[in-house]
Amino acid sequence: MSAPIWLIVLVKAIIVLGVVITAFAYSMLFERKIIGWMQLRPGPNRIGPWGLLQPAADAVKMIFKEDLTPETADPLIYRIAPFISLVCAMGAFAIIPFSASADGTLWSVGNVNAGILFVFALTSVGVYGISLAGWSSGSKFPLLGSVRSTAQMISYELSMSMSVIGVLILAGSTALGDIVNAQYRLWFIVPQIVGFIIYIITAVAETNRAPFDLVEAETELVGGFHTEYSGLRFGLFFIAEYLNMITVSCLATLLFLGGWNSPIPGLPSGGFVGLIWFLIKAGAFLFFYIWLRATLPRFRYDRLMDFGWKVLFPVATLNLILTAVVVAVWPQHA
Amino acid sequence: MRKNLFNVGALLRGLTTTFSYQFKKKPTIEYPTVKKQHAPRFHGLHELRRYGDGKERCIGCELCAIACPANAITVIGAENTPLDRRSPGERYAASYEIDELRCIFCGLCEEACPTDAIVLTPRFEMADYRRGAFVYAKDRLLVPLEAGVGTPPDERPNGIPADLGAVAREKDTVDIATGYDATNRGHILKTQRRGLAG
Repeated sequence: MSAPIWLIVLVKAIIVLGVVITAFAYSMLFERKIIGWMQLRPGPNRIGPWGLLQPAADAVKMIFKEDLTPETADPLIYRIAPFISLVCAMGAFAIIPFSASADGTLWSVGNVNAGILFVFALTSVGVYGISLAGWSSGSKFPLLGSVRSTAQMISYELSMSMSVIGVLILAGSTALGDIVNAQYRLWFIVPQIVGFIIYIITAVAETNRAPFDLVEAETELVGGFHTEYSGLRFGLFFIAEYLNMITVSCLATLLFLGGWNSPIPGLPSGGFVGLIWFLIKAGAFLFFYIWLRATLPRFRYDRLMDFGWKVLFPVATLNLILTAVVVAVWPQHA
Repeated sequence: MRKNLFNVGALLRGLTTTFSYQFKKKPTIEYPTVKKQHAPRFHGLHELRRYGDGKERCIGCELCAIACPANAITVIGAENTPLDRRSPGERYAASYEIDELRCIFCGLCEEACPTDAIVLTPRFEMADYRRGAFVYAKDRLLVPLEAGVGTPPDERPNGIPADLGAVAREKDTVDIATGYDATNRGHILKTQRRGLAG
């Protein structure tokens, strides 16, 4: 007798949750280390060997800090907002396939036909967490941050979807497993290099990371949408931000970098080796993010909008039309 | 604006710079485990020195207290008696207190001292949780008997320029009446700083 389906899914979900939370903790440490090195500092190195226990110490700190709610805040929404962010950030991992077995079984919690749409839907809902947090805080800096986030997310999400549709046309599917399998011979980064570049830029904006971190913008808005948050609730936003980073890194790997396919033809692709390929690719993308943050200064807000609407959006649209035309005229290449 | 936006070369140069900096040597000194080599004659915590036979150098003249620009030093002198000789002079410091919170570590007390009794050592870790703990009295300032004479003003750990030490030794004189050193070190330091000596 085989185990009931709900039990399998539950076990898978618990495993993925554990892995994802660990990945969050260490991506944070990774970022602090890399940025430290780039700024000629050693980075965290006090707690555990090479600072490896730093995430645990941070977690303990977050848990024991006071959880303040401002008097002017809308208490219910103020308390719910971090959870909206976190749940949406975590939900995306439910359908991300980390590798595939030889018989084609995906290593993911669930396999949704419209996988990519599911991820985009979740990240869009995730914006509500940030918007509502800023709105319900009842003070001006978070409000400005949340207004910015809404505008920024809407304008960049559009270009992001556009850049991804090119990949979907080439793969002929919205299921993430099929998209990766379609890249068995040629990664989509080659035919969709424009789409890839747009995806990287919009992904940075989508996750509110430097140089597009106008939602937080410490130098202008104190802390942006999470100015009033403290303790564990602030920690939840923090987790959500890093999980979103990991999500877009995984998506970039799946959509453009061939997922669990090996970079050199002939080497084994699926299974545990595939998992390693996947992690290397996603890790490289994560590193690129951190690298950008250590290098580039923040955009001015009007330039950000200008760039999103007047440059990225038209280029993404052109790329989409071009891909569609090419696939329509020479369908055998798709 | 467009010109800046599409200046990809500048972006790439920035990225290569940050990337290469990752592998550079970090100048960080990991303080509690590794301590910095201080500059010669670092101005840190004070110390009251002794002569070789264990007598206190301080003669309770209060010149340091007068020289102190921060009014951090309080000296109360008392007469030596034949039965209880603390210092070779007539008087000694019955009470010697320095408020290290007021002190600006300028070293003027050191220069004012005619017997080289008060000296600034390179010790700098004085942190405490209580305000009162920063008022250092003789019990903490005076070198313990078993520790010898204390930090020689010109031969401190981490060294001072060799020539300055030589100058100081050359001008060392011995008070014939008492047999103790009577270095006019303040004078030597001043001339040294003006670049007049040796």
